Amino acid sequence: MSVKVEDKLFLDRFNVDEESHLRLIDPEICMGRCQEQPCLYICPANVYKRESERISVNYEGCLECGSCRIGCPHFNIDWRFPRGGYGVRHKFG
Amino acid sequence: MEEKFDAAIVGAGPAGISAACILAERGVKVIVLERGEYPGSKNMFGGVLYGRSLERIIPDFAQKNCPIERNIVESRLSYLSEESSISLTYRDQAFFEKLQNNAFTVGRAKFDRWFADQARARGALLVCSTVVTDLLRDGAGRVVGVKTDRADGDLRARVVLLADGVNSPLAAKTGFRPEVKPGNVALAVKELIGLPEEVIDERFGVSAGNGVTNEILGNVTLGMNGVAFLYTNRRSVSLGIGANLSDFARERVRPYEMIERLKLHPAISPLIKGGKPLEYLAHWLPEGGFATVPRLFGDGFLIAGDSAMLFNALHREGSNLAMASGRLAAETILEAMGKNDFSSRTLQSYGQRMEESFVLKDLKKYRRFPSFLETHRELFTNLPRGASAAIREILTVDETPKKTRRRAAFEAIRGRMTSLRLLRLIWDAWRSVR
Repeated sequence: MSVKVEDKLFLDRFNVDEESHLRLIDPEICMGRCQEQPCLYICPANVYKRESERISVNYEGCLECGSCRIGCPHFNIDWRFPRGGYGVRHKFG
Repeated sequence: MEEKFDAAIVGAGPAGISAACILAERGVKVIVLERGEYPGSKNMFGGVLYGRSLERIIPDFAQKNCPIERNIVESRLSYLSEESSISLTYRDQAFFEKLQNNAFTVGRAKFDRWFADQARARGALLVCSTVVTDLLRDGAGRVVGVKTDRADGDLRARVVLLADGVNSPLAAKTGFRPEVKPGNVALAVKELIGLPEEVIDERFGVSAGNGVTNEILGNVTLGMNGVAFLYTNRRSVSLGIGANLSDFARERVRPYEMIERLKLHPAISPLIKGGKPLEYLAHWLPEGGFATVPRLFGDGFLIAGDSAMLFNALHREGSNLAMASGRLAAETILEAMGKNDFSSRTLQSYGQRMEESFVLKDLKKYRRFPSFLETHRELFTNLPRGASAAIREILTVDETPKKTRRRAAFEAIRGRMTSLRLLRLIWDAWRSVR
């Protein structure tokens, strides 16, 4: 089944900060030691995308659930909340 | 900030605001720190609040323009296989009258803002767009305030109430409770689907601001330990689905594909037909149960709500546990102020209050329920298929003798799971909730 998560995220309001609140601590681990790469599947906003040589982090659409932080088998994601007032802004909630 | 507060509350959700209302009303100098631009801007849940719990904080909430979407008069439980659904529906006139607002739906962006306004009217200070990044401690390790991401961000308080929700980088950093493990939370996604009010009324057989909740189980979660729901709001329905986070990782299922699949189910699609997607959200549910509830207090701090992993998965109750725990935390803080002692020796009475209340009594009672779901995967795989096939046999009328039909019905289940497994399931289910 092909679903574009972008169509869903388009419904949401974001106040995007210039700097990412998510960071891969050591990108080498992602492409070397990490076999499972669950971040590519579990993220409800598809923040993590597999590029040819790396995993990109599209923090702009992050829904701030925290799943990647605890789901990363190598605890390789430095996860902070966006700065106060930034990030997703629920209209209905 | 130079000013010192009696109490600092982290998070303007149901737990934090409940405590703020009670404390402010009693003249306590209380500040609530909220990371969102407004209360509710980061918050999400299935959608149901409970009137009797809210009344303990705001007795006349219905007269105070509480933004209620719909009063719930009917509860449905559906068990879905790929192409069928078995449902149990309960509607009672009492929910229209004397039990009105026993349960009702809200949108958090509106409700949390309204609730925070009630706390402000009582004298609490609310500061939004502010992330608490750390706890301030004295030389002896006692919590004496919080650090925020504001420029002059340190804030001193005699006691700190941590009501910052289930996803807490603050917990991960400070260890006030253990970081959540993937097996102890469900990741849920929810979509708001806009429909005209009269269309919702007609489809769900309700009117005049009344509504329906529908809990949905079966193999809609693609074999994963999870649950879905469909709740009516005034001019939208909330469709959500979630599963254990470690199951998502193992099965490599994408949450947004799962909800899209659910929308196509023959029992769901007619209810949302023609609807306009309005919002897409994601959040955890702390479904680990009693075993994952941390120590609820320490020197200078207390923990309430989702932050304390308070969630009753069997009865889908969480917001009421948050409100009750916030209230009990506030009562404990009042007692500590009287004694002028905020050490864990005094704050431990919060633990006792919680043990004596329905909050921990219920979680304790259902402590085996999370592992029951975990160990009976057939609930999400073969049982819905078998149950559906069995009922289909019974209901098919084609001049086959009933004896043959009934044997076929039993075979429909036994072909998918052994009699021993079925007995085990029934026994474990009983044990997990008795």
